[in-house]
Amino acid sequence: MGTISLKNINKSFGSTEVLKQLSLDIQDGEFLTLVGPSGCGKSTLLKIIAGLEQQNSGDVIIDDKNVNSTRASKRDLAMVFQSYALYPHLTVRKNLETPLKLRDYSFVERLPLIGNFVPSRKEKKKSIDDLVFKTSETLKITELLDRKPGQLSGGQRQRAALGRAMVREPVAFLMDEPLSNLDAALRVHMRSELSELHNSLKTTFIYVTHDQAEALTMSTRMAVMIDGELLQLDTPSEVYNNPSSLRVAEFVGSPKINTFAAQISSDGSVEFMGIKLERKFNTNSQKALVAVRPEHLEITKDSNKPAFEATVSYRENLGSDIFYHVQVDQSDSKIIVRGSPQAGLFSNGETVRISPSHAEAMLFETSGERIR
Amino acid sequence: MLARHYIGESWKHGLLIIGALIVLIPFYMMVSMSLKSQQEIQSISGGLVGAQEIQTFPVCTKHGYTEEVCTMRPYKYNFWFAFKKAPIPRYLMNGLIVTVSIFLIQVLIALPCSYALAKLRFKGREFVFSMVLFCLLIPVHAIALPLYVMLAKAGLVDTYAALIIPWTISVFGIFLMRQFFMTVPDELIDAARMDGMGEYSIVWKVMLPVAIPALLAFAIFSVVAHWNDYFWPRIVITGNRDLFTPPLGIREFRGGIDSDEFGPMMASIVTVTIPLIVAFIVAQKRFVEGITMTGMK
Repeated sequence: MGTISLKNINKSFGSTEVLKQLSLDIQDGEFLTLVGPSGCGKSTLLKIIAGLEQQNSGDVIIDDKNVNSTRASKRDLAMVFQSYALYPHLTVRKNLETPLKLRDYSFVERLPLIGNFVPSRKEKKKSIDDLVFKTSETLKITELLDRKPGQLSGGQRQRAALGRAMVREPVAFLMDEPLSNLDAALRVHMRSELSELHNSLKTTFIYVTHDQAEALTMSTRMAVMIDGELLQLDTPSEVYNNPSSLRVAEFVGSPKINTFAAQISSDGSVEFMGIKLERKFNTNSQKALVAVRPEHLEITKDSNKPAFEATVSYRENLGSDIFYHVQVDQSDSKIIVRGSPQAGLFSNGETVRISPSHAEAMLFETSGERIR
Repeated sequence: MLARHYIGESWKHGLLIIGALIVLIPFYMMVSMSLKSQQEIQSISGGLVGAQEIQTFPVCTKHGYTEEVCTMRPYKYNFWFAFKKAPIPRYLMNGLIVTVSIFLIQVLIALPCSYALAKLRFKGREFVFSMVLFCLLIPVHAIALPLYVMLAKAGLVDTYAALIIPWTISVFGIFLMRQFFMTVPDELIDAARMDGMGEYSIVWKVMLPVAIPALLAFAIFSVVAHWNDYFWPRIVITGNRDLFTPPLGIREFRGGIDSDEFGPMMASIVTVTIPLIVAFIVAQKRFVEGITMTGMK
C-alpha cells in the first residue's frame, strides 16, 4: 500500500509563506508529478512528506496513519535527490547496504568488530546481500558495485541513487528533480527508464520537477503548483488540453501559450483580433483573454481564412517543427506560431496571416480564471 | 628584450633566495653543530661535517665513563651522549602521547559542535557561533594564569592531564570544521536521515569521512602547535622529568657544568625536530593545502 494524503498543509519560513492550505490525495501505485516554477514550494512539500521538514500546521497521512510526529526513517519512504547524495566514501555496494543495515541490524550487530560475533547477523547479512544483488541486477549496476561514487558517470550515479532507494522496498518513492543533473540525451532516456521502473515496481512515485516536459511524459497524474498553491491536479493530457486557469495554461506547454485581449458581447459571442469565435460563452464580463497554443494557430499567406496580419521577427527551426515568433501588426505584442517544414518557410520580416484554424481557443477572465 | 626580462625577474629571485637563507641557515647550523667536535664549533671551522677525528671527550670522562668508552668520532659522540644525558626517547614518547591525545579529544568535541553549528537549526545558533568567533580572539597567554590556578587547585599540576585538558576544546577546530561542513550539501544529510541514521551516526559515519581533508589540515595545525609548545608545559610541569615534552627536554642541555658543550645539545634538537620534518615531507601537499584552505598560518 502506498496512499498518501496531505490535509491543509501550511509552511512558512520566517515571514514568507511557502505552502498555503495545501491538500492533496495520492493514490496507491500512481506516478504523481509535482510540477511548478522554481520557488513554488514543491521541494518543501516533498520534504514535509518525507519528514525532513516539519509543517507549521496540517496533517500528513500515510496508509491511513497520521505520521506528523513520525521520524523520517520510520515513515518507510525512500528519496532520490537531485545531487544523488551518495555517500562519497563508500562503494556502491556499501551505499546500497547502508539503509538495510540500519533497518535490519540491532544496535549490537551494527557495532564494528563486535557485531561480527552476533550469530543472528550472518543470516541478516545474507538477506541483505541478496537484496543488494537483486536491485543491482534490476538497475544493471552489478559490475559497478565495488566502485566509489566518484568513479561513476552521472547516469551511473543516478542508477546507484535509485538503487539505494529501491533496496528497502519502501511504500513510496520521493524524487526531487532526479534528472536535472544529467545531460539532455540521457535525461530523455532516463525518463523512459523511470516510467518502466514504475510499471514494474507498481509502487507510488512522487516526483518533483520544474520541467513540464518530464511531468507530461512520465506521470499518471500531475499536480501543478504555483506560489505555494495547488492549482490543478489531473492527468497530463487533461492539464494540457483543459487547464483550469491561465497560470496553469501558461506554465504547461512549450513554447508558452499565446494570449490575446478579447471583447465579449451581450449574447456571449467572443471576438479577438477581428476574429469571431464560433462558440458562445456564458459570462457576465465584457473583457476577457483568449489563449491559443502555438500548434493551434496557422501561419499562412491565404487571404480567404479569418486571420490577422503579422510580421515574422524570428524563426526557430527544430527540424520536425518550426516555431515563428511574429509581431502582431495591430498591437505591439509578440506571439509564437508553429509551422511545419512541409508548408514552406517564411523568412524574417515577411508579412504573414495568422489564423486560429482549429477553434481550440480557451477563454479566461482577465483575473485568470477559466471561462467554460 | 629577453635579457631585460631576465634581469627584471632575477631581483625577485635574489630577494627570495635571501629570505630562504635566513630561514635555512639556523637549520644548517643545527645539523652542522650536531656533527662537529667542540673545538671545531668554537673555532668555526670544519665546514658542514668537520674533520671527524677520533678523540677522547673530556665532558664524557667527567661524567664517570672510562677513557676507552669516551673515545670515538664527534658525530657519534654527540648523538650517543645526548641520549645518555637525557631520556630523549621518553621525551619523544611524551610528546606523542600529549599531541595525539589532544588532537583526538579536539576532534571528538569539535565535530559534533561544528555539525550542530553548520547544519542544525536551533534558537541561539548565531549567538553561539559568534561566541566561538569571540573565543578565537582570546590569546592563550592571557588566560594562562587562571588556567594554572584552576589546575593547581584540582591537584593536576605535574600530570599528563594538565598538558592535555586545557587544549581539548579547540575553538579554532570548531570554526574550521564548521566552515567546511557549510559546504557539505544538505541533501547528503537528508539522505542519511532517510536511511535511518541518528544525528550522532551522521556525525561519525557521514560527516567524519567526508571531512578527512579538513581534519588533516586541522591535524597539522594542532600537532605542530602542541609538539613545539614550550610555554604551557613549562608552566604546568614543574619538576617531574618523566613528563617532559621534547621542548622541555632540550632545555635540560642548558645550564649545569657542561652548558657550553653544543654538540650533544644540537644532536638532541635534531632528534626532536626530525619527527616533524618527516611528517612534513610525507604530508607536504596536505600541509600547503591546509594553509591555503584556512588562509592562516
